[in-house]
Amino acid sequence: MLLILKFDSKTIKKPIISTATLETKALINILRANVGARRGEMVVEVDDSKAKEVEDVFRRFGVEVVELKDAVVKDEEKCVHCGLCISICPVEVFRFDENWKVVADTEKCIHCGVCTKVCPCNALSLPIHSL
Amino acid sequence: MKKTIEEINRKIEEGCVCVVTAEEMKKIVEELGAEKAAKEVDVVTTGTFGAMCSSGVFMNFGHSDPPIKMQRVWLNDVEAYTGIAAVDAYLGVTQLSESRGMEYGGAHVIEDLVGGKEVELRAEAYGTDCYPRKKLVTEISLEDLNQAVMVNPRNAYQRYKAATNSSDRILRTYMGTLLPNFGNVTFAGCGEVSPLNNDPEYRTIGIGTRIFLCGAKGYVIGEGTQHAPPFGTLMVKGNLKEMKPEFMKAIVMPGYGVTMMLGIGIPIPILDEEIARSTAIRDDQIVTEIIDFGVPRRDRPVVRKVTYAELKSGKVEINGEEVRVSPLSSYYMARKVMEELKRMIEKGEFFLTQPVERILTKGTLKPMRERGIKVVKSVMTKAVTIPPDTSIEEASRIITQKNVNHLPVVDENGVLVGIVTSWDIAKAVATGKLGRVSDVMTRRVITATPDEPIESAARKMEQYNISALPVVDAKRRVLGMVTSEDLSKLLARW
Repeated sequence: MLLILKFDSKTIKKPIISTATLETKALINILRANVGARRGEMVVEVDDSKAKEVEDVFRRFGVEVVELKDAVVKDEEKCVHCGLCISICPVEVFRFDENWKVVADTEKCIHCGVCTKVCPCNALSLPIHSL
Repeated sequence: MKKTIEEINRKIEEGCVCVVTAEEMKKIVEELGAEKAAKEVDVVTTGTFGAMCSSGVFMNFGHSDPPIKMQRVWLNDVEAYTGIAAVDAYLGVTQLSESRGMEYGGAHVIEDLVGGKEVELRAEAYGTDCYPRKKLVTEISLEDLNQAVMVNPRNAYQRYKAATNSSDRILRTYMGTLLPNFGNVTFAGCGEVSPLNNDPEYRTIGIGTRIFLCGAKGYVIGEGTQHAPPFGTLMVKGNLKEMKPEFMKAIVMPGYGVTMMLGIGIPIPILDEEIARSTAIRDDQIVTEIIDFGVPRRDRPVVRKVTYAELKSGKVEINGEEVRVSPLSSYYMARKVMEELKRMIEKGEFFLTQPVERILTKGTLKPMRERGIKVVKSVMTKAVTIPPDTSIEEASRIITQKNVNHLPVVDENGVLVGIVTSWDIAKAVATGKLGRVSDVMTRRVITATPDEPIESAARKMEQYNISALPVVDAKRRVLGMVTSEDLSKLLARW
């Protein structure tokens, strides 16, 4: 499960990620982080079985948690299956299927948005664009 | 055993022609051999679908009342060339909209017209006795045009140089987005199914060859511009009114501009064993080069040679590391083109033609004859260099005495290790930091080389918001300085 964590001026100063790990023994993989002096945002990956528990810890500290269920969306009307997105995506979401059609393994998507700025057909978009 | 185009056309008429796609033909020749394959197969359909910037449409709008001799004309705010007769114009696919910039261009106008949409036609003129009207605004659709003929000076590249980027920043190019430090490779062309790779001797593809152009019947009208086999190209034409939206696509290459992806298919008549053999070409026999777009020059350095088989595998090795590869052309759509052309021939809707003239199998791409390009060497001035242990005080004295703003810091061998500016020194003095220059210098110095064009040096200064670059040799020894002042003096003279 991928989670977007939004920290405010209070929560940004606390070691909440490590607290969550210590309390739940869940491994938390930080995929993206943008930490400022007064606020910050992160995308983290947590095993599905532990997700609820970890989310509870974050919420207890006052961190806003958004589950990233809708990943990058490919508009099949616009896509011509060139494959330009394939080498750009940092986590290899895109690949050709056996018919040379570009398919997206969206569960890997970390919402970085790089592909949306690269697609010449404007076929890629993120439902929630944060960070 | 030899066949003629007339014989093949008779078979098409009788409905007993054997047509296969270029993809299928590879396997047939592999199994049966070229001789038998030539007997069995009459036509091989080849195809490509990719960005082809050198494309556009000639249009005739019909005459208004009172009539106008258009001096300038726009379609949905995209300017077309009308320096020809009164209401004729040529709209190029890469022309950008004057109001919407890079998000809409000539390609989008063409796509809108083919898709049945109306576009705004706006024209200006100086007015004459025979064409008194000076202004015109109206809406037109494709069916309102007398003629709409796609005429493309350079299409269907046989193969193309692949691209990568050695520099430390993202490049937005016509080859797509190139990640820094050899982060990816992009390539164009469909390799073994591409038309010209299947007839590299131009035996059947020549002037007058009937082709599939974006769903319509089109024709080869000559060699394309920059034709230089094995990087051969074709000039083609076709009736826009007969084209189908699914075989064309207006696209935006981020940071570069608008262009258009076109689907082109060419039928190759299998007249003899030799042609059968040439249509059996495989991706591992098609060689191109990966070139480095990190160098903003015409002659970009070759990173390595590569085959289309390697490129299509999705990964190539550069400097011992695996780099991911993206195509720019759509193999999926190229297949659709081949299948559609095959269907048209089998149904008796498409007949083959004998070229009326051969296309040259040789050609060279000459560089532009220029008045001589200005390079950094010709404008650089002497650099005042200092060693890293120079005191701030001493540096400030040098800056005032020599009347310079930049002091490159060099080691005992003259190798650049940093730079201090008058601003750095002033700041150090103001904050009472009176140590050595090595404490305040910038270590990551943006530099120029002596034979770099001045446009390139100017772009660096603009990008990094700096006013001078040390000029260094291959060992980073300082040879001089080039400043924005020197460049602006030079530009003022032009």
